[in-house]
Amino acid sequence: MTQSDKPRWQELEIGCIVTTPGSTREYKTGDWASSIPVTDPAKCAKCGICWVFCPDMARFIDQRTGTYDVNNFYCKGCGICARECPTGAITMQEVGD
Amino acid sequence: MSHRKGLEVSLGISEAIKACDVDVISAYPITPQTHIVEKLSEIVAEGELDAEFIMVESEHSAMAACCGAAAAGARTFTSTASQGLQLMSEIVYIASSMRLPIVMAVANRSLSGPLSIWGDHLDVMANRDSGWIKYFVENGQAAHDHMFMAYRVAENPKVLLPVMVNLDGFQLTHVIEPIELIEAEELGDFIPPFIPQIQLNPLEPVTMGPAGTPAMFTEGKKAQEAALRDSRPVIDEAWEEFGKRFGRNYKAVETYYTDDAEVIILGMGGLTGTAKSAVRSMRADGRKVGMINLRLFRPFPDEDLHKVLSGVKVVAVCDRAMSYGGPGGPVASELKTSFYGHPDAPYIASFILGLAGRDVRTGDFEHVARRAEELADIGDPAPYELIGLRE
Repeated sequence: MTQSDKPRWQELEIGCIVTTPGSTREYKTGDWASSIPVTDPAKCAKCGICWVFCPDMARFIDQRTGTYDVNNFYCKGCGICARECPTGAITMQEVGD
Repeated sequence: MSHRKGLEVSLGISEAIKACDVDVISAYPITPQTHIVEKLSEIVAEGELDAEFIMVESEHSAMAACCGAAAAGARTFTSTASQGLQLMSEIVYIASSMRLPIVMAVANRSLSGPLSIWGDHLDVMANRDSGWIKYFVENGQAAHDHMFMAYRVAENPKVLLPVMVNLDGFQLTHVIEPIELIEAEELGDFIPPFIPQIQLNPLEPVTMGPAGTPAMFTEGKKAQEAALRDSRPVIDEAWEEFGKRFGRNYKAVETYYTDDAEVIILGMGGLTGTAKSAVRSMRADGRKVGMINLRLFRPFPDEDLHKVLSGVKVVAVCDRAMSYGGPGGPVASELKTSFYGHPDAPYIASFILGLAGRDVRTGDFEHVARRAEELADIGDPAPYELIGLRE
């Protein structure tokens, strides 16, 4: 979004109130990440520890295989999943330009 | 009909809040505000007012409770002073940024340290930029009357901002004065029902007080500042309508013998009564001295002050607060800023007096008027002088 796409001050709701419930879903916190987790499905033990520890609920289960992966739209790249994974299936990779 | 009653000023405020039919009161007792909320808790307990009185463990919680109640559409009241205002300060700022029309009476008291329970304006000045509309009242009648003004202005759909009514601790709160009480049935539609633009309602969920990213914050602050500035016509209209209905007239800048004055004393709150006496006695001695009672501090009434003070030789601003290491008393520095670059600016002398309840007498104002003229003749922009200081 550029400056001109954003609302002018006269267009804000009173008190900056957010009137669209659930609009936070549209907020791409994935932009914050300097590195992202990459999961090796062969090493994944399907234990769900990464899913439990993820503070942003960005880990999800692949219903077909039962292994876990990451939603890069929300993942802030904190690295907790990689730190907690008991089998070392997750490695953090720097985000390129 | 209105009836005049000898009443402690604090209780005059409680009676006004009762007449305003407030829904939620939340407060924590602190000297010298105590009698205001003590009386209100009695009024609620006796069933004279159908309101929730929320007991809280601190002023921080009192303001938080008021924010929640106001967000749900309730008419809310709280009152505090001094350290209590400091403790609640975090939420004081949030109330205005969330545009919640809470009304608060501040029984102005000094700030520690040294610890002092006595009155001055240090507490409110520490919250100067909190975004609230700020009245200063000079006597019990004005204190009573401005509670009605406060709700009418705060809840106006064009305003929706919190309002602080400042009254001097002890020197106003604890004195008994004749007050003409306005009863609920005399109010009529002076305070229309509070209709929030957006309110907390489970059927239509909203997020109030969200995070403001750098991309949004500047616009949010501009909108808030514009709302405070734009409240001025509504503030004036409330005073005008009040005058028509109840016969007592107020305005932002009340003048006293200013027409031909060469020296004008300017102050806020109770000391302006003493200043009036001093002006009368100086006039009797043939001195061209006048006085301004600044009743509205935010939004700051620049234009009104320019009208009265442009071309005047000297203004002696009497502050009851200090700004350590700064440019003098807070009101004096605001006035100097307001007049900067103005071709007809008066010489603005800054005096600080009445700190922590120290008596301010008519003789002090006579000294202030003389000293201000001396300073103007010297032309030296002295930062400020403390009146009555033992040196």
